[in-house]
Amino acid sequence: MISFSSVSKRYPGGQEALKEVSFGVAQGEFAFVAGHSGAGKSTLLKLIPAIERPTSGTVLVNGQNVGALGRSALPYLRRNLGLVFQDQKLLYDRTVYDNVMLPLAFSDHPPKEAARRARAALDKVGLLARERANPIQLSGGEQQRLAIARAVVNRPAILIADEPTANLDTESAADILAIFAAFNQVGVTLLVATHDEAMIGRHAKRVVRLAAGRLTAS
Amino acid sequence: MRPWLRHHRQALALALRRIGAQRSAALLNAIVIGVALALPAGGYALLANLEAATQRIAYEPQLSIFLRQEAPRAEAVALGARLKADARVREARFVPREAALKQLRATETLADVVAALGQNPLPDAFVIRASNPAPEALEALARDLRRLPAVAHVQVDSDWARRFNALATVGRSAIGLLAALLAVGLIAVTFNTIRLQILTQRAEIEVSRLIGATDAFIRRPLYYLGLLQGLAGGLIALAILRIGLAALNVGVADFSATYGSSFRLSYLELGDALAVAAFSAVLGWLGAYLSVSKYLREIHLI
Repeated sequence: MISFSSVSKRYPGGQEALKEVSFGVAQGEFAFVAGHSGAGKSTLLKLIPAIERPTSGTVLVNGQNVGALGRSALPYLRRNLGLVFQDQKLLYDRTVYDNVMLPLAFSDHPPKEAARRARAALDKVGLLARERANPIQLSGGEQQRLAIARAVVNRPAILIADEPTANLDTESAADILAIFAAFNQVGVTLLVATHDEAMIGRHAKRVVRLAAGRLTAS
Repeated sequence: MRPWLRHHRQALALALRRIGAQRSAALLNAIVIGVALALPAGGYALLANLEAATQRIAYEPQLSIFLRQEAPRAEAVALGARLKADARVREARFVPREAALKQLRATETLADVVAALGQNPLPDAFVIRASNPAPEALEALARDLRRLPAVAHVQVDSDWARRFNALATVGRSAIGLLAALLAVGLIAVTFNTIRLQILTQRAEIEVSRLIGATDAFIRRPLYYLGLLQGLAGGLIALAILRIGLAALNVGVADFSATYGSSFRLSYLELGDALAVAAFSAVLGWLGAYLSVSKYLREIHLI
């Protein structure tokens, strides 16, 4: 479903974030991307929705070479991916509900269907009761769950999360992982970056491990 | 509903919501645009009025022939016969000096002056319409008539109308130039509004792009915002024009009453008014287009 072959990424200025990385993720798989800060986890995740493009090598998503996609094709690639950003990127000028509605505004769902999907997504992460709240009023764990609800509202086949449990207490982190596990059970492919080794240890999942931009285990 | 129609409706609703969220700023912008547009639109309206008032005369040029003061009536009758025989004269109206004096006396403000004169200072006259209204033909006719011994003076009444038309051409060019300059100003105002809007919405634009919004989806509400702001400015300009002309008409009514006329400045015709509003809306859209093209690229999120 996702396949990296000999992918290197060098940022302008010479910093090499990824070096000759090759691995694949099968449909329905749940994999952690592990490593210290600066190991290249975020860069690796950003290559999948083509937020960054590889300097060399190819990244295939559903057989599509995403590094070579034109600008106008990117929105359609991204709509099929659920993205949970490290900084969440929630919009604080609108309600929880409207945050989840955002991705539905530019996909072609009739309004009633969109509203139904937004509420279903909020329900899955346990935030349905807070739909009228502003994200600023939510706790850290709730904000993270809101970011997940927004990522899954279009029912993507692949969910990519960058450090979704950073800054969360153990209990909230466990909630997030339980939500991910539930999505995985209904067939969603998950790729979750984390530096939290203890959390990785608690879950018997595949680990794609990076150190200084090189793959050390997959 | 078709998806594209829904997208446009959404974009329009979003633009209206954003205007609603910053009502006073939006109103100030619209007023700036409105005042700027009211200047050339007002100039155009005044010119159109003056042109309409002079057009009748300009298209039916007359010649006034004044006889010598001492010329006997017989000479006038002879001239009348001569004019009727001339193929270049379509119609000749004799104005006897008595009738002219009577008309003058009827003019309220001049009655006293006429009474003080003692004797009639006015000559007999003819007012004629030429068969051929072309300026050269009129001039030739006037030249021939001036040679006649009974004739003291020939006046081509269309002269001032032609001069006015020449002046109006200059006026139209000046208004066109003014409109062009202010159009640039209008585009700049919209450009800046949209720039601020993009900065305000930076987070939303950024995240929308990251999760699959097309460029068109992001641009559309901004275009509508520029279009609506331009349209509002255009409507304000029309309102200013209407109020301004109404105020001027108070003075115009007094002025034209002294000439026994009921002349009033008329408002822009519906077509012209629609053109002003549409012109303003299109300029607003253009300003938005330029701003969006520049700043969305500057934010540069693939």
